[in-house]
Amino acid sequence: MTFKELEARLKELESLPSMKGNSSIPKALEEAGFSRRDFMKWAGAMTAFLALPASFTPMVARAAELTDRVPVIWLHMAECTGCSESLLRSDTPTIDSLIFDYISLEYHETVMAASGWQAEENLESAIEKYKGNYFLMVEGGIPVGETENYLTIGAHAKTGRQIATEACNNAKAILAIGTCSSFGGIQAAHPNPSNAKPLHKITNKEVINVPGCPPSEKNIVGNVLQFLLFGKPALDVYNRPKWAYGLRIHDLCERRGHFDAGEFVEHFGDEGAKNGYCLYKVGCKGPYTFNNCSRERFNQHTSWPIQAGHGCIGCSEPNFWDTMQPFEKPLASHQFNSVFGGLGSDAMADKIGIGVLCLTGVAIAAHAAIATMKKGNEE
Amino acid sequence: MSQKIIVDPITRIEGHLRVEVVVDENNVVKEAYSGSTLWRGIEVIVKGRDPRDAGFLTQRICGVCTFSHYKAGIVAVENALGITPPLNALLTRTLMNSALFLHDHIVHFYQLHALDWVDIVSALSADVKKASDLAFTFTPNPYATGADKLLEVQKRVKTFVDKGNLGPFANAYYGHPTYRLSPEENLIALSHYLECLRVQRIIAQCMAIFGAKNPHPQSLTVGGVTCIMDLLSPARMGEYLEKFKEVADFVNRAYYPDLIMAGKKYATEASVVNDVGVPNLFTFKEFQLGANEWLFESGIIKNGDLSKVYEVEEDKITEEATHSWYKNDAPLHPYDGETEPNYTGLVDGESIDHHGKVVKTKNFNTAGKYSWIKAPRYDGEAMQVGPLANIAVNYVKGNKYVVPVVDEFLKVTGLPITAVLSTLGRTATRCIEAKVIADNALTAFNNLVENLKTDQSTCAPYVIDPNKEYKGRYMGHVPRGTLSHWCRIKNGVIENWQAVVPSTWNASPKDSKGKGGSYEECLIGLKIADVKQPLEIIRKIHSYDPCIACAVHVMDTKGNNLSEYKVSVNV
Repeated sequence: MTFKELEARLKELESLPSMKGNSSIPKALEEAGFSRRDFMKWAGAMTAFLALPASFTPMVARAAELTDRVPVIWLHMAECTGCSESLLRSDTPTIDSLIFDYISLEYHETVMAASGWQAEENLESAIEKYKGNYFLMVEGGIPVGETENYLTIGAHAKTGRQIATEACNNAKAILAIGTCSSFGGIQAAHPNPSNAKPLHKITNKEVINVPGCPPSEKNIVGNVLQFLLFGKPALDVYNRPKWAYGLRIHDLCERRGHFDAGEFVEHFGDEGAKNGYCLYKVGCKGPYTFNNCSRERFNQHTSWPIQAGHGCIGCSEPNFWDTMQPFEKPLASHQFNSVFGGLGSDAMADKIGIGVLCLTGVAIAAHAAIATMKKGNEE
Repeated sequence: MSQKIIVDPITRIEGHLRVEVVVDENNVVKEAYSGSTLWRGIEVIVKGRDPRDAGFLTQRICGVCTFSHYKAGIVAVENALGITPPLNALLTRTLMNSALFLHDHIVHFYQLHALDWVDIVSALSADVKKASDLAFTFTPNPYATGADKLLEVQKRVKTFVDKGNLGPFANAYYGHPTYRLSPEENLIALSHYLECLRVQRIIAQCMAIFGAKNPHPQSLTVGGVTCIMDLLSPARMGEYLEKFKEVADFVNRAYYPDLIMAGKKYATEASVVNDVGVPNLFTFKEFQLGANEWLFESGIIKNGDLSKVYEVEEDKITEEATHSWYKNDAPLHPYDGETEPNYTGLVDGESIDHHGKVVKTKNFNTAGKYSWIKAPRYDGEAMQVGPLANIAVNYVKGNKYVVPVVDEFLKVTGLPITAVLSTLGRTATRCIEAKVIADNALTAFNNLVENLKTDQSTCAPYVIDPNKEYKGRYMGHVPRGTLSHWCRIKNGVIENWQAVVPSTWNASPKDSKGKGGSYEECLIGLKIADVKQPLEIIRKIHSYDPCIACAVHVMDTKGNNLSEYKVSVNV
């Protein structure tokens, strides 16, 4: 991504008709008593967050100024509403309330005022009015096949699949928010009784996956901005934006030093737990999971699972409910196909990663420890 | 001449819910049906897995009740294995639970329910100075209602409305005849609506301090909690304390006064009073404050008789599926429940649309099966659960934390105690519950600090013997009412799992005797002002704070062959 490309992208956005007269996020901030300086500070933070050089800050600011031109439709499929809840936690200086005011959220069942016929009408008219210009965000897996009608919405009982397909067909960009719409999620775990599928299986348009159960508020909002800036972000093999999912939890883990030093929590609540030792032996899936939790954390950087003393469960990886369990045992004593079978995460990167790990005597010690545990299991 | 009205989707709830009513020529509801239109089958998925993982799976039943099913899944397994977690773990769970309740209740009132009571368009014509003075009549120390603040709120919303693109606020029922608040009162509530978006983030952080994140915290484990480092950090403890106080302040100075304001105005609105729905109330003890101290107690009230509370007998709970999309129809105890999906679909029919025209629609087959929600019953009777049941039972029992708050509320609004048995009462008791928690939860915090001085244990040791069979349960009170999870463990894995969830009780379809759950019952007799804008239906349903992903659940038959599920080839 070069400056030039970025310029072109912003120009393209600027040429779109503005939806609401002259409103924009900076204007709104001004009205809410925030200065231009506050806004630029936020843009700077966002730039750093997107792992871009500081020289891009003005660009981020401009991108944010253009967001009011992007109508958003958010659909709920087979889900638990955790992703919507996570979006509500977004904190970037009071911008969350502004998202409701200034990004035009055309349809979102959890927050919208209208119900029933009026709600259905809002969805239809938004798709019609902003054809080819709206962002589609989808939460939840989608039942298909003989069980397609395990999800119906509206007086005409349209299935989730019908509604999602139609919304995909006319969208400018499609984001699958959360592991359910990215990979199927909990309802698609064995034996997948409702035959739930990820969004990319029901549309042939490109879907950008933002997995996590739920993804952090930063990853949801950050990916919208990323899209505005780049048109299309760099993606990994699972269509996850690399800026957020490019590194493993293990790579930047605050307990990594203890892993390298061979200091492990053996049981939850032991002395090692009080000292912040590595959680690998109590099942941490950090080495197999690609996400930025160790860097960004959750709820305005308040905490994340490993800080709270529990291992990572691998929630942003495909089929993690089946490949990462049992969650409190190391993967080495695994009863299912492990990530090394090509599931879970990029096998290639992983092999290299593990190869590097094996160079340290500590890792060998760890593997020895696992081997003993494995033996214990077999007995 | 009777007509059918369908409301689908009911928005501003969790999950997928449809309500159908039949009204007579005077627009009075004669028949009502509520049903869920999504099935995910979490309990089928839990089967055969490591019992220590169950809590993580059941947690994903719902991202709004994000802590409830996590704790329930963990405690059910602890109960089965005979584990008593250390006091530190129990009190830490109470602190996380307090954060959940406060978050849930304020977000419900402002983001999900307020638009049923508050007309935001009317707020635009309010006199800000008058509104600012008015706020002092509901509380001596109002929250975010200075004239300057209100002017800014008004300006912001006005700019938004003037642009003609209402986004999420489009196509609502503005100007509806049952709105009762004055422009000034609407403006006060609107200011708090916006404040709540900020405050809810803070209380979510309270959960994340001990829980790693919110939604879906990750620090409970079978035997205790994992967040020992946070418990041993005075800085972290201080963070919780200060943030909690900030939110408790919002509850006392914004949420509670707004309820008094609404209570006074809506006490004479026919569509929200004298409509208890199911008059049998059921609640269960929750909020451990100390070694042997609880904030709320258990009990049952029958037929709305507020003079007597009965003890809960767990073996009287059953579930059946006469009108639910499952094969078995017989009422069974949750330990022995059996279920297999049997989706018979909707049928062709007609209903009135938002233009008042009769159109062809897909309707519930009300004579047959019409919902993914089962019908739980207690001693053969439908029950109402939730803050209304919890506050009523605890008031009648003379709970020292609850009685003064209820008495004060009744005194200020001039309402009798029987007024809680209504839609208005459901909304008011949720606020009273939040206030009781906001004012008392820090007792658990203080006891935790005291205990940590001499005891730093956070996890109890245990073994799972693969040659033994276990069964256990969690039962307690969560933001939407009484929740129970029932599990059996065999060969070291989950053999079956059943959750009987608050919204399952309230949103229950009719049973074999034709008796409905509280959603359905409270709609009977309702007069609808305008069939094109059924706001009264939505307001009533919202007063229960529906959580439909929770309500829909299924347990697999013991020994059922899962390969019987027909799964079509991948698309």
